[in-house]
Amino acid sequence: MQSIPRRTFIGAAAAFAVFPAFGPEAWAQAKNRLVVGMSLEPPVLDPNKNAAAAIREITYQNIFESLARIDRTGAIVSGLAESWTISPDGLVYTFKLRPGVKFHDGEALDASVVKFAIDRLFAADSTVPAKSLYTDIASVEAVDPATVKITLKTPNSYLLYNIALCDAAIQHPKSAPTNDKHPVGTGAFQFKERKEGDSITLVKAPTFRDAGSIKLETVIFKVVKDPSAQVSALLAGDVDTFPGFQAPELVERLKKDARFAVVVGTTEGEVILATNNGKKPFNDLKVRQAMAHAINRAELIDAESGFGTPIGSHFAPHNKAYVDLTGTYPFDVAKGKALLAEAGYPNGFEASLKLPPVGYAQRAGEVLASQLGKIGIKVAITQLQWPQWLSEVFKERNYDLTIVAHTEANDIDRYARDGYYWNYDSPEFKAKWREVVAATDFAKRDELLKDCQRIIARDAVNGYLYQLAKIGVWKKELVGMWENSPTPATDLTGVSWK
Amino acid sequence: MSGFIARSRRHVGFQIGAVLLLLFVGTALVSLVWTPFPVDELRMRYKLLPSSPQNLLGTDHLGRDVLSRIMVGAQTSIAVGLISVGIGMSLGVALGAWAAARGGWVDEALSRTSDLIFAFPAVLIAILVTSVLGASARNAILAIAIFNIPVFARVTRGAALAMWSRDFVRAATALGQGPFGITWRHILPNIASVLIVQATIQFAVAILAEAGLSYLGLGAQPPVPSWGRMLRDAQTYIFQAPELALWPGLAVALAVLGLNMLGDGLRDLLDPRLRLMRVG
Repeated sequence: MQSIPRRTFIGAAAAFAVFPAFGPEAWAQAKNRLVVGMSLEPPVLDPNKNAAAAIREITYQNIFESLARIDRTGAIVSGLAESWTISPDGLVYTFKLRPGVKFHDGEALDASVVKFAIDRLFAADSTVPAKSLYTDIASVEAVDPATVKITLKTPNSYLLYNIALCDAAIQHPKSAPTNDKHPVGTGAFQFKERKEGDSITLVKAPTFRDAGSIKLETVIFKVVKDPSAQVSALLAGDVDTFPGFQAPELVERLKKDARFAVVVGTTEGEVILATNNGKKPFNDLKVRQAMAHAINRAELIDAESGFGTPIGSHFAPHNKAYVDLTGTYPFDVAKGKALLAEAGYPNGFEASLKLPPVGYAQRAGEVLASQLGKIGIKVAITQLQWPQWLSEVFKERNYDLTIVAHTEANDIDRYARDGYYWNYDSPEFKAKWREVVAATDFAKRDELLKDCQRIIARDAVNGYLYQLAKIGVWKKELVGMWENSPTPATDLTGVSWK
Repeated sequence: MSGFIARSRRHVGFQIGAVLLLLFVGTALVSLVWTPFPVDELRMRYKLLPSSPQNLLGTDHLGRDVLSRIMVGAQTSIAVGLISVGIGMSLGVALGAWAAARGGWVDEALSRTSDLIFAFPAVLIAILVTSVLGASARNAILAIAIFNIPVFARVTRGAALAMWSRDFVRAATALGQGPFGITWRHILPNIASVLIVQATIQFAVAILAEAGLSYLGLGAQPPVPSWGRMLRDAQTYIFQAPELALWPGLAVALAVLGLNMLGDGLRDLLDPRLRLMRVG
């Protein structure tokens, strides 16, 4: 309740900042102001300092741009580089930079800035969260002010995709150290202010090369964590859109309101029952298979009010290389019990399930505890806060089971990583993944990706539950919002009011 | 004792409180052997049903019977209340009686420590304890018990000090009885009524605190039914099934109201001075 006066105050303050006077004129202009609701608050605003998806959802394309760009369909299109060429051996990428690009502080973009930005991704002492995506790069060379050449150690069919990610945002050496607090990029919007725990305000950047195409003047990202408060904020008109609405159970209420469009799209988020493969009894394949047989996906999706697509491996169903593996270990309680007995646990065992504080995990947690209970696994649930989850589960790997959505695209590569929190170590998968990365023929790569999905499905590394749906809610007069979420982003460059 | 029963017949508040408490304890006892449905049974096809003859209070977001969960939730509340008040009372009474008997620096130190703990709201202490030790029903009980210690210590100390200046206690001292013996034989029996009243009130406070902690996700962990957790789960369905929040809310309110009325009634009935005022 306390937040209501504060929210009104900030709304008013932001409006005053843009329009010196509140009059009829101001109301007429109010159609270039957008308030975007967010469920999670970004810890900092620099994608090179932290892996939080919320950072990307605010900064990608709005503040920071990369050499290439992932568009609303997931395709890779030109970004800060107008065009590029790839050498026949797949080792040398030559990018031609777009002319007339300026940072928000007036600095110009040239090849030396790009070299600085890419160099620090893969440098030996690099601490960027996505470093492993860029370690195949051997060198970056500024050929002339408008040309950058990236040379690889081995061919990497994901290089362009990785270069297009927010993680490879082009930052200027002058502003890079302070980008966590005050991000300065080349995008259409520049950072104005941040109120911790409440909102982040961006305004249209005068330095943007194509300022005429940008319709919004002010964008406020407002953090509303509680799902029912999110609905109230929408109904009260405090927030214009929640691009990633997290409470499927409340969608019916919003559909009844003629002011809003509710659009269900796809995400890259696979919800999995992550399993500590390095810990007894989960290091036994039979135990993991037994658990896979105990999972009833239909019930889990029902708990999400029907939003979600069943998955049988760690791969998004809308992807071209997807193969349906939900039948690998079909729902069969008797089979699960038998496998558990074969593994030496005829009476089951006790396991802990550590849940992060997100709605889907809480719901799936109770359902899974009941489902696993039916084959004899007694599950004790513990609810954690995000920092606890990140340190206990993700970093220290001190857990049995957890439920989390992996929201990055192509994140099946995690299964080839050493020391990842699942403790999965399969030479077969690692070899297959190296083939995927080295494949320059995309049709062949798709086939290899299918093999990868089959390996982890067969090994029942984790419980594969369902693909999260992207539930976007926005005012009907708002056009240009993304229906799907091919990468964590809220690209507002094409958004306007009717 | 017969006088107590006769007086309690005329005390409506006490009677209402006693009935509510019986209902509360009775529900918990019945739920040990019988509930309308298995308490953790998920039946997704029947989720968010309104009240009906099959499910008297409807079903929740996972198709579980709300009445069954309310009934078993009473167990959770009683367990938390009994254990936390038990721990708080035994330690608090011992410390308070020691402070009153010993006086001097012991009294001073214990009183100031109580003040220190009182300076923080109970829920804040509980959140602190559960976030350090991890969220679970056991740690919630511990947190509530910690807050109960100074409450009982203070009440005991005040009542015991008043007793120490009474003539019969002085007589016992003159006869050469030690402070421990006097506390055990003369002081505690005479302040028992005050402590019972306080225990009833603290029981209510503990139930409320447990509901609050579980609502924040720091108390009983799912799928253990807890009224506070049911409120938390109901919150997201407030537009679809508002009655989901009503039932656990009502259960907490009635249990707390019952215990408070019982506590007030007991105080009226057991306090000799108030009794004289009323009868005289």
